Amino acid sequence: MSVEAAVSAQSAACLKAPVGLLAELTHRCPLQCPYCSNPLALEGVAGELSTEAWLDVLAQAAELGVLQLHLSGGEPTVRRDLEDIVAQAAKVGLYSNLITAAVLLTRERLERLAAHGLDHVQISLQDTQAANADRIAHYQNGHARKLEAAGWVRALGLPLTLNAPIHRQNISSLAQFIDLAERLGAQRLEVAHVQYYGWALRNRAALMPTREQVLRSAELVARARARLKGILVIDFVVPDYYARRPKPCMGGWGRGIINITPSGKVLPCHAAETLPGLAFDNVRDRPLRDIWLGSQAFQKYRGTDWMREPCRSCEFREQDWGGCRCQAFAFTGAADLADPACNKSSFHNAFADVARQEAASEAPAFVFRSPRAAAR
Amino acid sequence: MSEGRKVRAIVSAASRPGLPRHVKLRHDAARGSWTILAPERVFTPDAIAVAVLKLCDATRTVEDIAQELSGTYNAPPDRIRADITAMLQELADKGVVQV
Ligand code: SF4
Ligand code: SF4
Repeated sequence: MSVEAAVSAQSAACLKAPVGLLAELTHRCPLQCPYCSNPLALEGVAGELSTEAWLDVLAQAAELGVLQLHLSGGEPTVRRDLEDIVAQAAKVGLYSNLITAAVLLTRERLERLAAHGLDHVQISLQDTQAANADRIAHYQNGHARKLEAAGWVRALGLPLTLNAPIHRQNISSLAQFIDLAERLGAQRLEVAHVQYYGWALRNRAALMPTREQVLRSAELVARARARLKGILVIDFVVPDYYARRPKPCMGGWGRGIINITPSGKVLPCHAAETLPGLAFDNVRDRPLRDIWLGSQAFQKYRGTDWMREPCRSCEFREQDWGGCRCQAFAFTGAADLADPACNKSSFHNAFADVARQEAASEAPAFVFRSPRAAAR
Repeated sequence: MSEGRKVRAIVSAASRPGLPRHVKLRHDAARGSWTILAPERVFTPDAIAVAVLKLCDATRTVEDIAQELSGTYNAPPDRIRADITAMLQELADKGVVQV
């Protein structure tokens, strides 16, 4: 899955209720993308929530005010009960978005999902050139299958988003990604520079583009947006290693998004388990509303009370909420400091230097995502 | 690679705007407001936009909608027509409305 799906369910209509639920139905996935945002410690099939548990969670989510459901993973289509889950989303009034690598989909399955009320499909592509795409995903013939599945999505009249996770090993294909999205009749293209959490952080040196490449990609997207106005919506996620100000991670901690892991742990952000001192509640033990309103993990970095300088007195503190807690902790060792992507952070220069140096060096080999590789 | 390239839809007085199947105008009980649900997007339309969108049934023309609303809002149809054409164009560009 990609991080951006969660982040872009923006503009909380009301601060009291979450807008989006990111349901990681499973961590199983036939692909092994080196930028996967799943944690290094992947959850196994044995611990996964049952069908009944998910159906109950969706009913609770709708009641709580969630509007959009992102069915993600891992690869959500490995769950045979996906149809039931989609049907429940439709029944309780959640807008359902399937975030898939699409290599396991058949036309019949898509038809069934559509018939059960699926609202939107997002397919990720590793590159536009099949050989490089399959190399990055570590999966043979995946690219061809994805294109076929994208065609079925359109043929069934479902809206299609293409997700293009961008990094140094495919950034030269950006123009072709845009062209492909247009030719496939996609409504939306997500040009998402890789965010460095989970597997992506592990593979950062193999993925980090140069500053010049990033700037060029932004120009290319701006030109394409103007040209394709009313034809293709292009969302652009910038990499924050070259930024001056951080992104409001998840729209702010505990403000709009709930992430539920395959085993039912409820997280404010998919990377939150990398932070020390947080206690995560599980939907098996506690109602979702209680968790959202009162869970220690959600309360810890909600709002601005937890902030230290430079955030505490900063005029932007209610715009970016101090950026990403996980990135602050990973780089500075303290989760309550400013995100190092911010130029007011004393770690900012070191942060930008890492990117510059890694991008200028030869790319190391990928560590492909797999339960085995995590142990190494 | 099934389809030809799309072209930008331009809204005029004769257009018959409607909501695509994948866009949902919904009253949101938890927040007591209307929302538009679209892929990866949640919009909160204002009262006038809601009034317009409720009339977007792919049958009425923009002109029909302007006439109906000019009664409700007690404003000249010309102004209403211009306002809602601009609004619908913006929504069409975002993929929320189809004409
Ligand atoms: S390995 Fe790739 S396709 Fe599978 S969940 Fe991770 S990013 Fe998605
Ligand atoms: S100092 Fe903190 S609140 Fe201010 S811009 Fe930087 S990260 Fe955001």
